[in-house]
Amino acid sequence: MTETTFTSWGNVIRTPHESAPLLSRHADFPAAPAQSSLLPYGNGRSYGDSCLNVGAALIPTRGLDRFISLDTASGILTCEAGILLDEMFRVIMPNGWFVPVTPGTRFVTLGGAIANDVHGKNHHAVGTIGRHLVRFELLRSDGQRLICSPTENPQMFSATIGGLGLTGIITWAQLQLRPISGPLMCVERVRFANLDEFLQLQAESDTDFEYTVAWVDCLGTGNQLGRGWFERANHSPTRATLPRAPARGLNIPFAPPFSLVNSASLRIFNTLYYHRPRTRRGERWFESYFYPLDSVSNWNRLYGPRGLYQYQCVIPESAGRDGTAALLNAIARTGQGSFLAVLKAFGALESPGMLSFPRPGLTLALDFPNRGRSLERLFAELDAIVRDTGGRLYPAKDGRMPPELFREGFPRWREFAQYIDPRCSSSFWRRVMDGA
Amino acid sequence: MKKILVMGAGSAIAEATARVFAERGDALFLVGRKADVLESMCADLRVRGAKGVGMHVMDANQFEDHEAMLNMAESALGGLDVVLVAHGTLGDQKACEASAALTLQELSTNGVSVVMLLTRIAARFEQRRAGTIVVISSVAGDRGRQSNYVYGSAKALVTAFTSGLRQRLYPLGVPVITIKPGFVDTPMTAAFPKGPLWAKPQQIAAGIVGAVDRGSASVLYLPSFWRLIMLMIRCIPESVFRRLKL
Repeated sequence: MTETTFTSWGNVIRTPHESAPLLSRHADFPAAPAQSSLLPYGNGRSYGDSCLNVGAALIPTRGLDRFISLDTASGILTCEAGILLDEMFRVIMPNGWFVPVTPGTRFVTLGGAIANDVHGKNHHAVGTIGRHLVRFELLRSDGQRLICSPTENPQMFSATIGGLGLTGIITWAQLQLRPISGPLMCVERVRFANLDEFLQLQAESDTDFEYTVAWVDCLGTGNQLGRGWFERANHSPTRATLPRAPARGLNIPFAPPFSLVNSASLRIFNTLYYHRPRTRRGERWFESYFYPLDSVSNWNRLYGPRGLYQYQCVIPESAGRDGTAALLNAIARTGQGSFLAVLKAFGALESPGMLSFPRPGLTLALDFPNRGRSLERLFAELDAIVRDTGGRLYPAKDGRMPPELFREGFPRWREFAQYIDPRCSSSFWRRVMDGA
Repeated sequence: MKKILVMGAGSAIAEATARVFAERGDALFLVGRKADVLESMCADLRVRGAKGVGMHVMDANQFEDHEAMLNMAESALGGLDVVLVAHGTLGDQKACEASAALTLQELSTNGVSVVMLLTRIAARFEQRRAGTIVVISSVAGDRGRQSNYVYGSAKALVTAFTSGLRQRLYPLGVPVITIKPGFVDTPMTAAFPKGPLWAKPQQIAAGIVGAVDRGSASVLYLPSFWRLIMLMIRCIPESVFRRLKL
């Protein structure tokens, strides 16, 4: 057994793990190491500890990278679960298809996308990725290969979607794609001065735009509270072909000794960004629209050797406006936070996933450089607001939420726990089960 | 569209290379030992855009089957433009030292079987005055080292053989390309701790496809810095080399 250093996107934890890679969908569930628990590990794009298993072992799944079939007429793709969305695009886009749901990076595996039941800017229109799965195969440690779908092993289907890799290994999956004319997006940007204007924009864009999202200036206070830019988009009807080799962007080769994201750089950046000239509408390549951060490889290193935390919560609809205002106020007061502050309205479409994160309401996501204590104090304040509104935090982004907040936010955790594979565990799961 | 035969298709380098060809719409015929691996590769390459994919299960040490396999590949593909010989095993050096039979088997898999195959393929391409031969040798063949000299000497055979073959076929317009990968991060090397010298199979694949496109009848170190490393290693005098723990 070899020990390799694994990390998650936040770079807060960087630890050697034993690993037993899965190289084929026909391979058996790893027998070794016999003494410790195991957790499937895709491309390590989760931010906190949900993709890590400190003190135990990981099952890297990137070796499961073969396509199985693509029905170009119906748009049903069957492929192994270690394939990245980026690799999928090379195959599906020339055939006129796109993924039904995509997170903010295309460097996630399909298995990871299912295990976190990812959502995208089109959540209000189509829900999470779990709604678009036809079926998948789950390899359990007892050797069973369960075909899971809404009608076959429906309980296991429901537990595995958003199940954080704890129910076993997803070896392959079948996904219903959505048709597109080409790789271009029609994008419109509108500036808003406060949260009420944001909500108004959201309401008027809901039906006509498949994708909506907003950038908020997390330093705005008083009458500037919740100011930002609203972005709404649809797939363009323009037919254009994908360039063969996408241009390579920047790379951050190593972490600078301290975080380049700090309150001084942030204030300058946010002010300039908010006051940038109004560009009304235009066509953009899907990559620059969906994945602006992917153009800078390893951008997480800008946060220095101590890494970053992301805080993503959802505030239920009833408390959406005031809860979000309270969060933004608390953040602006401390001057922490980062340029990357994203606000999005979730829709009402329900996911089959037991531990699925999205629910109707507003979701706010912010990156914070890891500043230790002072950050933890801010987080405690934010947690209190989220808890008061009956909201919850996104496990894929989390590396620190108190166990009670998880269990209150995800009341189906007890039901979920019955479906956990006896050989699987994760750092996240042990943390949020503490005291349960 | 090129018609390509891949020997040892299940190897990480071969698979990565086959994917590049598939995405360009080439036709491929895969030969390997494991039926389930070949079957899932065929499906994968088809989805990636290969114009046609065929397969045959065979151990490269079954010399008597080589001719039939080549016929099968040619009829399935409707011809043959490129042959990529990529099969091999990274045997256990210590176990070989204790067993003459195992040593012979490793030499056969990594060296003799390649020579047997190339002899037959060369005859076909020579007659047609067309075709491209790509063979995966290794930097390990440049100088025997105690840590893996059985594998190394088999690869030395491949390197020397392809060097001569290259001279013979060059005037006929049949390029013979010898690929010498350095450390490649594959299932074959899963047990080794990795450092900065390690390359991904995709990098090697890009180098191979580039060489096929250029038709460059030469020796290619991949990544190219290995040429320098191996030059230095070859220059170490024997009086020093014999004391080294390499």
